[in-house]
Amino acid sequence: MLKEEVVEEKKVKSYRDIMAGSKAVATAVKLCDVDVVAVYPITPQTPIAEYIAELVANGELKAEYIKVESEHSALSACVGASAAGARTFTATSSQGLALMHEVLFIASGLRLPIVMVNANRALSAPINIWNDQSDAMASRECGWIQIYVETNQEALDSVIMAYKIAENKDILLPVMVNMDGFVLTHTYEPVEIPSKELVEEYLPKYEPLISLDPENPVTMGAIADPNYYMELKYSQVKALENSKDVVKKEQEEFYKLFGRKYDLIEKYKMENADIILATLGSVSGTIKDVIDKLEREKGYKVGLVRVRLYRPFPKEELLDALKGAEVVGVIEKNVSPGIGGGALFNDIKSALYGKSDAKVIGFVAGLGGRDIPPWDIEKAIEICTLAKKEEVEETYWLGLRRW
Amino acid sequence: MEVAADIPSYVKCRKVCKAKLSANRCFKFRKLLKKVSEEELFSKGHRACSGCGAALALRLALKAAGKNVIVVQPTGCMEVVSTPYPETSWKVPYIHVAFENAAAVASGVEAALKALGKKDRVKVLAIGGDGGTVDIGFQALSGMLERGHDVVYICYDNEAYMNTGVQRSGSTPLGAATTTSPAGKVSFGEDRPKKDMPRIVAAHNIPYVATASVAFPLDYMEKVRKALEVKGPAYIHVLAPCPPGWGYDSAKTIELARLAVDTGMWILYEIENGKERITYKPTVKKPVEEYLRAQKRFRHLSKDIIQRIQEEIDKRWKEIFES
Repeated sequence: MLKEEVVEEKKVKSYRDIMAGSKAVATAVKLCDVDVVAVYPITPQTPIAEYIAELVANGELKAEYIKVESEHSALSACVGASAAGARTFTATSSQGLALMHEVLFIASGLRLPIVMVNANRALSAPINIWNDQSDAMASRECGWIQIYVETNQEALDSVIMAYKIAENKDILLPVMVNMDGFVLTHTYEPVEIPSKELVEEYLPKYEPLISLDPENPVTMGAIADPNYYMELKYSQVKALENSKDVVKKEQEEFYKLFGRKYDLIEKYKMENADIILATLGSVSGTIKDVIDKLEREKGYKVGLVRVRLYRPFPKEELLDALKGAEVVGVIEKNVSPGIGGGALFNDIKSALYGKSDAKVIGFVAGLGGRDIPPWDIEKAIEICTLAKKEEVEETYWLGLRRW
Repeated sequence: MEVAADIPSYVKCRKVCKAKLSANRCFKFRKLLKKVSEEELFSKGHRACSGCGAALALRLALKAAGKNVIVVQPTGCMEVVSTPYPETSWKVPYIHVAFENAAAVASGVEAALKALGKKDRVKVLAIGGDGGTVDIGFQALSGMLERGHDVVYICYDNEAYMNTGVQRSGSTPLGAATTTSPAGKVSFGEDRPKKDMPRIVAAHNIPYVATASVAFPLDYMEKVRKALEVKGPAYIHVLAPCPPGWGYDSAKTIELARLAVDTGMWILYEIENGKERITYKPTVKKPVEEYLRAQKRFRHLSKDIIQRIQEEIDKRWKEIFES
């Protein structure tokens, strides 16, 4: 049989189901044959922890499930397990991610290919369990590869790809797949579940480059004085930068086998668009609808780029995508206090500096689960249109009540 | 004869032994000594101070454990002195992650060994200081014990945060002056008694808990061996004097560690499956003043406080040895 035919046959065994995002993630974990799972439940990540526990309890996933006593220990246990040569998974959200903060840096510094799903949720105080992306944004300098997904299908696919990227011998870095809490984790969508054979074809068994093994003892986590620290950090940062090409390559490989295409940035209606919006995650669905509506009703030419890979930042791709834009409006569910706008706004502005004359406007929206209705997005587009002719403010808060 | 004093069994049987053999001719003693591996898995060249009790505790633990272990350490003195990149003192696989999570990391390592089918061949040994164990690492340790991971956790207790320059920890004894519990006009040093960590650990109902001292190496190593054989979590709390932190001549580490046991400041026992056993009873109970006066950290103590410490010891001594 030809290779294509083999793949076709394996594809036949794939099936479609309607499921919540958290179940899609748990299914991906099962398909990836993860060895060790350490999770501590937190809303809205909880169903992920529950579904995986169920899979282990039913013997569908042969993994060690460590019922840790905190998120700090969850990631620490993953670090230990990954260092000992196991494929590991954890999931968290908001306060949990904040509690992991210290270990996030260590996981990337030790170059361990851990995969984490973060169900994006607002950070306290005031305590709030609803969706925004300030938790992941606060962790953007931790040296992890960060991916933001739009749909449940993309969450499942991204977890599978995440292992392939993380375990690449030239990269060896942890990957954080971000999915909007509740909006994706608790929402049912049709998802195509690839067959185990197909995933095995794509993702081979994990063979660590080095691991904690008495046959070949190594010391991990040594103390590096000023003579060595910078070089070690440099090699880590370089690996993160190089991972962009690996993500690209793995997305193509994935497309060949699974037939679903992903890119570092997703572009929508970019042709002739003089206003281009940029965003992360699930809100792009609503934005696309608004773009269509305004095109139909008012003839507006508005494009959208959804940043899928946020770290490493796809600078060149964004520059290329935004080169025709007069105004770039960044709508995002996080805020950078004290500098204005959100993290993506500031990143895009710095990427465009000296390379483009486009005005960049930051829109902070949807904090703490506040709805982002179509009319707020319309308002943002109107501000961008106005900005073509006159001076406008640099940043706005969408949907903010003033009292 | 002197060396023999550290094997509790020898001391005990010497009393009834008709042969009155000296230590190196005693069959039991020689048998125990023979078990000690000559291989150094914690190699020399590390940066610990001379006379460091903790470094000795690591060296002896590895002699007892052998090659097939993975060592997990939290941040602390021993981690810093033993792994200055690109060098290492560890001839066994070793990982250090952070200060408060050695037990969680060890849980992960153990789970990975299980998942990868290597559990029977490789043991996991976590070794932390008192800061990383009784204070900041307490939650992770409690979690590991409660979940029943097959890990041996050794706490080398030098009774303060020595790595950062002698700040008090939960394990600092009453009256000790540290940089954060200094003695002053209105302070006699640490105003709280030492946290009874082995008892707290024992309350998790794990199969094996023991206390040990670097002055009793054979007893300590025997305990490490036992702990490794046990299925499930085991905990050993070993008293490890610190010359700069406690303030004494670095040649006197063993003497001081023994004095701690002989005065009743530190008691050697083990709890095996809930059954408690004293592994060494001092032949003569020495006054605690002898132990306290030998260290700078206690030299400010007034007669009253020493009396108070002595009374506490007497009470405990009575409960343990005379009941």
